[in-house]
Amino acid sequence: MKKYTYTEKKDTRSGFGAGLHEAGKKNENVVALCADLVGSLKMDSFIKDFPERFTQVGIAEANMIGIAAGMTIGGKIPFTGTFANFSTGRVYDQIRQSVAYSNKNVKICASHAGLTLGEDGATHQILEDIGLMKMLPGMVVINPCDYNQTKAATMAIAEYEGPVYLRFGRPVIPVFTDPDQKFEIGKAWMVNEGTDVTIIATGHMVWKAIEAGEKLAELGIDAEIINIHTIKPLDDEAILKSVKKTGCVVTCEEHNKFGGLGESVARLLTTELPTPQEFVATNDTFGESGTPDQLMSKYGLDAVNIVEAVQKVIGRKKA
Amino acid sequence: MKHTIKELEDIASQIRRDIVRMVHGCQSGHPGASLGCADFFTALYFEVLNHKTDFTMEGKGEDLFFLSNGHISPVWYSTLAHAGYFDKSELATFRKLDSRLQGHPTTHEHLPGIRIASGSLGQGLSVAIGAALAKKLNGDNSHVFALLGDGELQEGQNWEAAMFAPFNKVDHLIASVDYNGQQIDGPTSKVLALDDLQAKFEAFGWHVINTDGNDMQAIVEGLHYAKTLTGKGKPIMNLMSTQMGAGVDYMVGSHKWHGTAPNDEQLALALAQLPETLGDYNPLAP
Repeated sequence: MKKYTYTEKKDTRSGFGAGLHEAGKKNENVVALCADLVGSLKMDSFIKDFPERFTQVGIAEANMIGIAAGMTIGGKIPFTGTFANFSTGRVYDQIRQSVAYSNKNVKICASHAGLTLGEDGATHQILEDIGLMKMLPGMVVINPCDYNQTKAATMAIAEYEGPVYLRFGRPVIPVFTDPDQKFEIGKAWMVNEGTDVTIIATGHMVWKAIEAGEKLAELGIDAEIINIHTIKPLDDEAILKSVKKTGCVVTCEEHNKFGGLGESVARLLTTELPTPQEFVATNDTFGESGTPDQLMSKYGLDAVNIVEAVQKVIGRKKA
Repeated sequence: MKHTIKELEDIASQIRRDIVRMVHGCQSGHPGASLGCADFFTALYFEVLNHKTDFTMEGKGEDLFFLSNGHISPVWYSTLAHAGYFDKSELATFRKLDSRLQGHPTTHEHLPGIRIASGSLGQGLSVAIGAALAKKLNGDNSHVFALLGDGELQEGQNWEAAMFAPFNKVDHLIASVDYNGQQIDGPTSKVLALDDLQAKFEAFGWHVINTDGNDMQAIVEGLHYAKTLTGKGKPIMNLMSTQMGAGVDYMVGSHKWHGTAPNDEQLALALAQLPETLGDYNPLAP
């Protein structure tokens, strides 16, 4: 198992804020909109340097999506910012008609996704957003795994023409990816090469997959770990190549197993290479109040759950 | 004036003929409010709008128009064709397979003149505000027009947009409401009353004007007047009274013609009331 270390913990939303600032410096057409959550989305540095390119829309997410769609007509590249719940479910029809169907260059940037939002509870902890967004024709769906990757992803989507959903989170987590990485939309990152099982992880679950990989190594299991930061378009080639070698797969996501990364992987494998698969994901449930760590544990999204899923799926491999 | 009022009325007559023929041709679509807005579209595209028919999405230096109540697509398509955005022969494809003239307007099939999809109601005013903000950032002082249905004002997003635009001094925006008082389930006064729209929009900070949307002289003057009000810190709201079905006597004023196509006999009755002025399109699709 390749050794991963970290010297600091940071939140992915700060990676977004830093990336947005950089994107704004590089391209004067980058504009930002926010629905009364500037501090939570870490948009302060962009607003400070480019006040005329920032629009505060107030608590009116539907209007924000419509305004963003309209701004693209004048050549702007709008980044909308609010919590993941209010970025997707609340404005699904606005995104569907004014952004996706109209093919507008809007970047829907969503913080506080999943259980790790914590104490605010289930009203704010969306676990369905990946599914909602990946079903929209033409929508790119990205869920980066740490501060550096989120920053790189934010800068990359500014250069991509078309609608994008960028999902990130609230808690501080280890920073373990390369600060100078080049982010390629739709290209998987090989975290660790192995032979016994393929672990496919996205977002906050990537660090947990690394922790699981270390425990599995102690048990004599050589896990291949792949980071799928882009859930759509999926890197079919990387997944198939790995699964051909290992013969089984565990998918890990902070999302409902209905409609998430795991189902995208299962769709690919059932048509191309039927393979035993286990899902580390929430199981058709809402969340609740609690600390992020407590919630990830209670809902089965810890390294230990990945280890158990790996042991189970290896047992299902054909002899 | 680029045209006399008589010339504009003649254009509107042809657009009305196209509307009933298009809706008859596919036995679906929304003739009522399309007919009601024929004078507005004629005034806008042939007299008021500063626009080019060699279409670009950005429309730099041009006035832009957004239709929020997308179901009145027949009137828009006919207007765009007669204004020169595409050949009128394409009107025969309305709502048919492989057409650029979808039931509701869309950018998806790249029809010149359309800048956003609409149909799911309540979204157009926000989009128009966004387009106006982008123009401001680009130092482009041209105008952004939007048309909303009156029933559609029951959608909450309109009021988010209505609150935003005056606060942010989006003052090159001229929105019009097709105030025909009808919606699918009956008169708006019975379904969910709009009450005093003038007071409502004024309370939100809009400069509100009232026009008669079925009087060509009045609507041309009203839209020109609206332009003179721009750039003064407030968005403009044109409350435009119209009659659903205007121009076809048996359709006038009834919500029953919101989304119903005429049969052969009804088509003949309608066409007899609407002089052919610019030549009918060929009913056979190109």
